[in-house]
Amino acid sequence: MSDQSLLQMQGIRKSFVGVEVLHGVDLDLRAGEIHAIVGENGAGKSTLMKTLAGVHAPDEGTIRIDGEEVTFHHPAAAQAAGVGIVYQEFNLLPDRNVAENIFIGREPVKLGIVDRRTMERETAALLDEVGETSFGPRTPVRWLSVAQQQVVEIIKARSLNARILVLDEPTAALAEGEVELLFTLVRRLQELGVGILYISHRLREVFALSDRITVIKDGGVVKSLTTSETNQRELVNLMVGRELDGYFPPRGAKEDLGEVRLAAKGLSTVLLRDVSFEVRAGEIVGLAGLQGSGRTEIARAVFGADPVGSGTIEVDGKPVRFKHPRQAVKAGLGFITEDRKAEGLALAQSIADNMLLAVRTVVPARKRRSTPGLMSVKELAAATELRARGPEQEVRFLSGGNQQKVVLSKWLETQPQILIFDEPTRGIDVGAKAGIHDLIRKLAKDGVAVLMISSELPELIGMSDRILVMHEGVLAGELPGGASEPQIMELATGSTEVAA
Amino acid sequence: MTVVDPSEQSPGTRASARRERVAGWRVGVLASPAAPVYGALIGIIILGWIVVTIDGGDFLTTGNIVNMLQRSVALGIVSLGQTIVILLGSLDLSVAALISLASLVTAEQMGGESGNVIPAILIVLGLGVVVGLANGLIITKLRVNAFIATLGMALILGGIIENGWNGPQGGVTDGFSQNLGYTRFGVIPMSFILFAVVAVVVWFILRSTRFGYRVYAVGGSEDVSKLSGLRTHRTIIGAHIVCSLTAVITGIFLASRLKAGTPTVGLDGGYDLESIAAVVLGGTALTGGRGGVIGTIGGVFILAVLDNVFNQLEFNSFVRDVVRGIVIIAAVAIYARRQEKKA
Repeated sequence: MSDQSLLQMQGIRKSFVGVEVLHGVDLDLRAGEIHAIVGENGAGKSTLMKTLAGVHAPDEGTIRIDGEEVTFHHPAAAQAAGVGIVYQEFNLLPDRNVAENIFIGREPVKLGIVDRRTMERETAALLDEVGETSFGPRTPVRWLSVAQQQVVEIIKARSLNARILVLDEPTAALAEGEVELLFTLVRRLQELGVGILYISHRLREVFALSDRITVIKDGGVVKSLTTSETNQRELVNLMVGRELDGYFPPRGAKEDLGEVRLAAKGLSTVLLRDVSFEVRAGEIVGLAGLQGSGRTEIARAVFGADPVGSGTIEVDGKPVRFKHPRQAVKAGLGFITEDRKAEGLALAQSIADNMLLAVRTVVPARKRRSTPGLMSVKELAAATELRARGPEQEVRFLSGGNQQKVVLSKWLETQPQILIFDEPTRGIDVGAKAGIHDLIRKLAKDGVAVLMISSELPELIGMSDRILVMHEGVLAGELPGGASEPQIMELATGSTEVAA
Repeated sequence: MTVVDPSEQSPGTRASARRERVAGWRVGVLASPAAPVYGALIGIIILGWIVVTIDGGDFLTTGNIVNMLQRSVALGIVSLGQTIVILLGSLDLSVAALISLASLVTAEQMGGESGNVIPAILIVLGLGVVVGLANGLIITKLRVNAFIATLGMALILGGIIENGWNGPQGGVTDGFSQNLGYTRFGVIPMSFILFAVVAVVVWFILRSTRFGYRVYAVGGSEDVSKLSGLRTHRTIIGAHIVCSLTAVITGIFLASRLKAGTPTVGLDGGYDLESIAAVVLGGTALTGGRGGVIGTIGGVFILAVLDNVFNQLEFNSFVRDVVRGIVIIAAVAIYARRQEKKA
């Protein structure tokens, strides 16, 4: 590692409509270094990266690359200077193939004609460089898995000769096994001398990967640390500015468990084979598995979003078969989906409208006044500790954690007996995560049966009373709460056969 | 390192292996999402042939084929331009008014002199560039939604026409009119060759130039394109210029056909909505990013054949519109289903 700074950002300030989001941030990056940036959502990490990528022009401050001062007025200028960025939301066109996506906006031309051969040859070489053989240059992006799409994003940045690569929450959408592959890829780029800015909420990854860590809070740098000289607890304290005594709320006691609320017997769909399980009132059942193992499919089948092939689903002991999610909602189910922006929220609408979305569809207006237990928007906001300017604020302006609280409020209002969470804390910062975890446990204590899908093993282990592990559409086994990560991974990867 | 062909790859999973093989097989005619359009076209031709023949009319005769080709030219050319803007995620409602204006300006500038033909055409093409540029700038710089921007442009052009012309404008040079409007080689009218040339040019632009790639990229997602460093405004403006150019070429052709410019030729022909219908019928997604010229040409032919059949059967215009409406809605419904299956 050389001491020469590849990138230096000094005194970066940025305001949006009069509100200062960045208050003079300093950051530097050396060649061949992995520099992790951590901080709560809304701390200003994304804005900082966007000033580097030329999406936002900073109001004040300088950016130097190799000691030369640079100003980017357009993402193209940043690209040309060697800054590559892989955003949290992927920026690929599903209807175009891999090569077309990699060369978007800078297709090689010969006599004015796009040189498809060169494009595909170079793409193949790039895929080769990172050892990716599961797809080729002509594969439409629509067919790729999330992990494969990420590889495309990274080699796209690489093909731009990016010497500075920003990875924004790269593992948010990956399952445990895929994370290792990403790490291998990132380390490979590091060896090639690429400076990497690695933004993540997952501290474990930050420690596994980074050389240095910079903590950002409220638009300013709290501290830059050398990874080997710090620990998770110190980092968390720096991020949230308070001592967290425990990551997870205590598990439920035996006497809290009630009747079986949700049961699946021999459930089979296109992707599931013979899955049986039960969730009791007051219980949190974790659902583990790699991406594509059928975790989400279970939730969708139970909720009536996907057709059920065979098998039965019982709610409170009565067999049901939902043909449409509406029936599931009426029967007291709630489904907090994985992709809150696409499936959970109407982003351009107000907090109040979003909170009332589900209840408005199942309880007619004339009955709402007389329905007992309905909470007002204010009460919901208080119950979920939502931080927002007011009920009329548009949801798209909220941070991830607060958005998730709105989704949760939406379902709370329908007074569900069974709640299914799919990745409840994806892309949510540490402080808000603990809040969501508390809420989930509180719901269980109030007698709700909770099924929680998560790719984050610590979350599953810390939260669940029992853990079900899926492997290739089959229930591979069941583990008690507090099981170890290796135990779960063994089942999830199918390396051992354990009777369910 | 050689170019990796889909059929040569070693895919990781069985599912993707199957898909890759399918992809290899589909290269060629069937690779085009437009394939079902031509299936439908053949079906409609056969159906039309049977029905018209039973009715005692002529369908697959030289005269009638020429007639159908001739009819598809005007809608065809403007639909090619419409394809580009729709692929981009935009649309252009000002083409009908622009066609009328172009036909009037053509006639006026030619003034019956054969020496004026070339200058007149250049002036009209210039008009197309100006209108397209204006549309593009309004959409990108003033950030007006394309629907409203081009609707406003249609009204503005309509006002200009009304102010400048009370009726048809004579003066299209005879020789030019004869050459473009009425000459034919065998069953192929000269004007159809013009259509074919424009079609090849637009197809080539979309398939093989950077501009074409960018049209697909911007149509796929403007945000993605922008974050990838693409200058989206230029692409949007460029596409609108090409679209307006196809509209003025249509105007020139119609002037040659009618030997005069007409204030109502564009709107009477319904070229604004009809061209969008042809594009959609051809399988191009209104949301942009997916589709292409080949499908649009199929869509244009389907509309032309339907028209011809209705004319021969002497259907009233009410039945005609109902059937066309059903065809368009059915087509889009089928595409929506196919898309869902693929995803």
